[in-house]
Amino acid sequence: MSSTVLKEADRVMTICNACRYCEGFCAVFPAMELRRTFNAADLKYFANLCHNCRGCYYACQYAPPHEFDLNVPKALGELRLATYAEFSWPPALKGLFQNNGLLVALLAALSVATVMLLALLFKGHAAFFGTHTGAGAFYRVVPYASILPPFTALGVFILVSLWKGVANLWRETGGKPLELRDLRAHRQAVRDVLRLRYLEGGGDGCNYPDERFSMTRRYFHHAVFYGFMLCLASTSVAFFYDHFMNRPAPYPFWSWPVVLGTVGGLALLAGTGGMLYLKKHMDRAPASPEGFGMDIAFTALLLLTSLTGLLVLMFRETAAMGTLLTVHLGFVLGLFLTMPYGKFVHAVYRYAALVRNALEQRRGGASPEP
Amino acid sequence: MAVTSDNRLIPDLSQVFDVLVIGGGNAALCAAMTAREAGATVLLLESSPREFRGGNSRHTRNLRYFHESGTSHLTGPYLENEFMDDLLLVTKGRTNEDLARHTIRESKDVGVWMEQHGCRFQPAMRGTLHLARTNAFFLGGGKALMNAYYACAERLGVTVLYNATAEDLEICDGRFTSAAFDHQGVRRTARARAVVLASGGYQANLEWLKESWGPPAENFIIRGTPYDKGRMLRVMLDKGAQPIGDPRQGHAVAIDARAPKFDGGIVTRLDCVPFGIVVNRDAKRFYDEGEEFWPKRYAIWGRLVAQQPDQIAYCLIDSKSIDLFMPSVFPPIEAGSIREMAARLKLDEAVLEDTVRTFNAGTRKGPFDPDALDGCTTEGLEPCKSHWARPLDTAPFYAYPLRPGITFTYLSLTVNRRAQVIMQDGAPAANVFAAGEIMSGNILGQGYMAGFGMTIGTVFGRIAGKESVQYVVDSLKRS
Repeated sequence: MSSTVLKEADRVMTICNACRYCEGFCAVFPAMELRRTFNAADLKYFANLCHNCRGCYYACQYAPPHEFDLNVPKALGELRLATYAEFSWPPALKGLFQNNGLLVALLAALSVATVMLLALLFKGHAAFFGTHTGAGAFYRVVPYASILPPFTALGVFILVSLWKGVANLWRETGGKPLELRDLRAHRQAVRDVLRLRYLEGGGDGCNYPDERFSMTRRYFHHAVFYGFMLCLASTSVAFFYDHFMNRPAPYPFWSWPVVLGTVGGLALLAGTGGMLYLKKHMDRAPASPEGFGMDIAFTALLLLTSLTGLLVLMFRETAAMGTLLTVHLGFVLGLFLTMPYGKFVHAVYRYAALVRNALEQRRGGASPEP
Repeated sequence: MAVTSDNRLIPDLSQVFDVLVIGGGNAALCAAMTAREAGATVLLLESSPREFRGGNSRHTRNLRYFHESGTSHLTGPYLENEFMDDLLLVTKGRTNEDLARHTIRESKDVGVWMEQHGCRFQPAMRGTLHLARTNAFFLGGGKALMNAYYACAERLGVTVLYNATAEDLEICDGRFTSAAFDHQGVRRTARARAVVLASGGYQANLEWLKESWGPPAENFIIRGTPYDKGRMLRVMLDKGAQPIGDPRQGHAVAIDARAPKFDGGIVTRLDCVPFGIVVNRDAKRFYDEGEEFWPKRYAIWGRLVAQQPDQIAYCLIDSKSIDLFMPSVFPPIEAGSIREMAARLKLDEAVLEDTVRTFNAGTRKGPFDPDALDGCTTEGLEPCKSHWARPLDTAPFYAYPLRPGITFTYLSLTVNRRAQVIMQDGAPAANVFAAGEIMSGNILGQGYMAGFGMTIGTVFGRIAGKESVQYVVDSLKRS
């Protein structure tokens, strides 16, 4: 990790700790106030606790052009990005966080092309462009055997990789392994996540996309989060139907997998579309420029995944199904492949930081109980 | 409308505005919003660029007001008489009691009005619990409050012009008619039926400070905005307004000597004094460091340091006390011994060692309690240290250099209860109103209490806004 990023975060938080005017905005400042000086572990923890609501930037009496040149969201954003690379597993892949936007876009395109080509190659032109209906229709374009093993393997790898990342964060931010078993802290963190408490900016929302307070981003993020969860639920139910009840897809419109997937997909579409719109119009001053591509690529990939999923549903009984299904599966593959090496990791790291925050605030001190 | 170099429209200056507000801080905005809500057309001239708008209010964090019951952000009632007693205590009676009481009464429940205009409060901050009942804290501090007020003012239709420095006022037969101002190098004129002067004190004008303080003023640090030059105060005094307040009085605290000359704000303050000793350039102590709780004494230390040779002092503590006060922005100077510390601070080594030895010998053992006026005191020392007097004996030793930090000056324009400026013949100027630091000396003759500058600004800003519109309405009716 570049020491200039850490040094700047240290400089910024030292000034903040002598001021403390922003403590009502989020969890970072109360966490800061538990300390007088900061080591690398503290700063990395703050960086992942910061939700980038930007309240502290617009309220800051020392923001540029003041000579102190204080820009907390940017300083913590840059450090956060550096920790993503540092914590990633396996360590050999941490380079993936450089030029991440381009990389994710290329991987997604490659995934789509691969799935389409393999389907065309192995199932042939007629099956790919044919019309299929009834149970198992999808498998006539993309066979069951070609989906399950790679996606299962990938799923296991993602889980291991994310877990290793969280373990790295926990250790590098000064946590003890046993502390991760604190259920009360998890309960608090889950509540904070489900509510997106720290995008509330103390009541009126965050200063996003510009200086005005707004809940818009919080609501869009809610749509993304809950949409994603519904899609995950849809996939899980479908998996259960297929494997344990011998009911392969496609399912009728009024079935759990389709209803959950449709509602989730629409929410994801609206949420990611809204997030991208806000991102395009946001004030770039309090943002880390390096993180921009990563954010856009991940959000766009989610949007394309949900969009193509909905299109499959709409046109699954036409000759376009083969094309749409393979494109959709391609995007899903791209999403899975890049999950531990892109913006998605913010979900698990921020959660871990919130657990740490719940623990710390409860005991009212930064150092662990003896 | 013309476009300025920063792409903002210049308002149509051929029109006569109802109310011209000069200044862009809390008092100015309260006046502008009030006048606009009463139906007046309002032009506000702020001398700073948009980024530094809000004057000293940008650095504030709370406001003290009269309230009969606690709220979500105030822990209990703060009644008129207690408020008045507090004011009399800090000013030692140097106040216009009638105006002071008027200010306090008019501040009643002003938090509600502030919230209606975009202010958001939060419970008292950590480390400021002694103010939790009396003072309401702004979420995000004073700049957040200014952002909210500017947004509200613009929504209401107040015309705001940044980089606009008022330079002169046209006053004919006791009546204001227009103001000349500089806007990015171009001199322009704004005409209005009434004017509200809310342009702050003159603390950023070192030349003026030197008139009363002499050369020592060179060593003062200005805690707040560099834009408060006192131009309107000077213009009005030159035009025969009646001054009030001692030019050597103001809100001044001891701050870290390494602070920037202007605009360092809150982070340069030091709360370590009660836990150590303070020596001057000659390595001698000069005042009781443990006289009272720091929140009750911080406001006298600016003057104390200003009266020392070269306007410099050093607060020394040892490692027992390093964690007892709020962290500040500059790291302490560290040394393994008092002799080494003297060398670091370029003080006479023998004298500093003697000062510390004498102090240590004079301390009487007692139970130490940073949260109470404890029994750790001194005997036979001149000056004594009344509380928290523990010997400096545990290395490493730490030091912070101190300089006087001026927040705002008290020399002011005399006003009446309607915020009208009083002229030397004792009569009020009919359509010239003043609010905020520029008239704070009517109420603050000396001393200071936290959050009271914002009280004066808010109360008199609203009065000036209301009364200026009343004047315009009356004068239009007459004509």
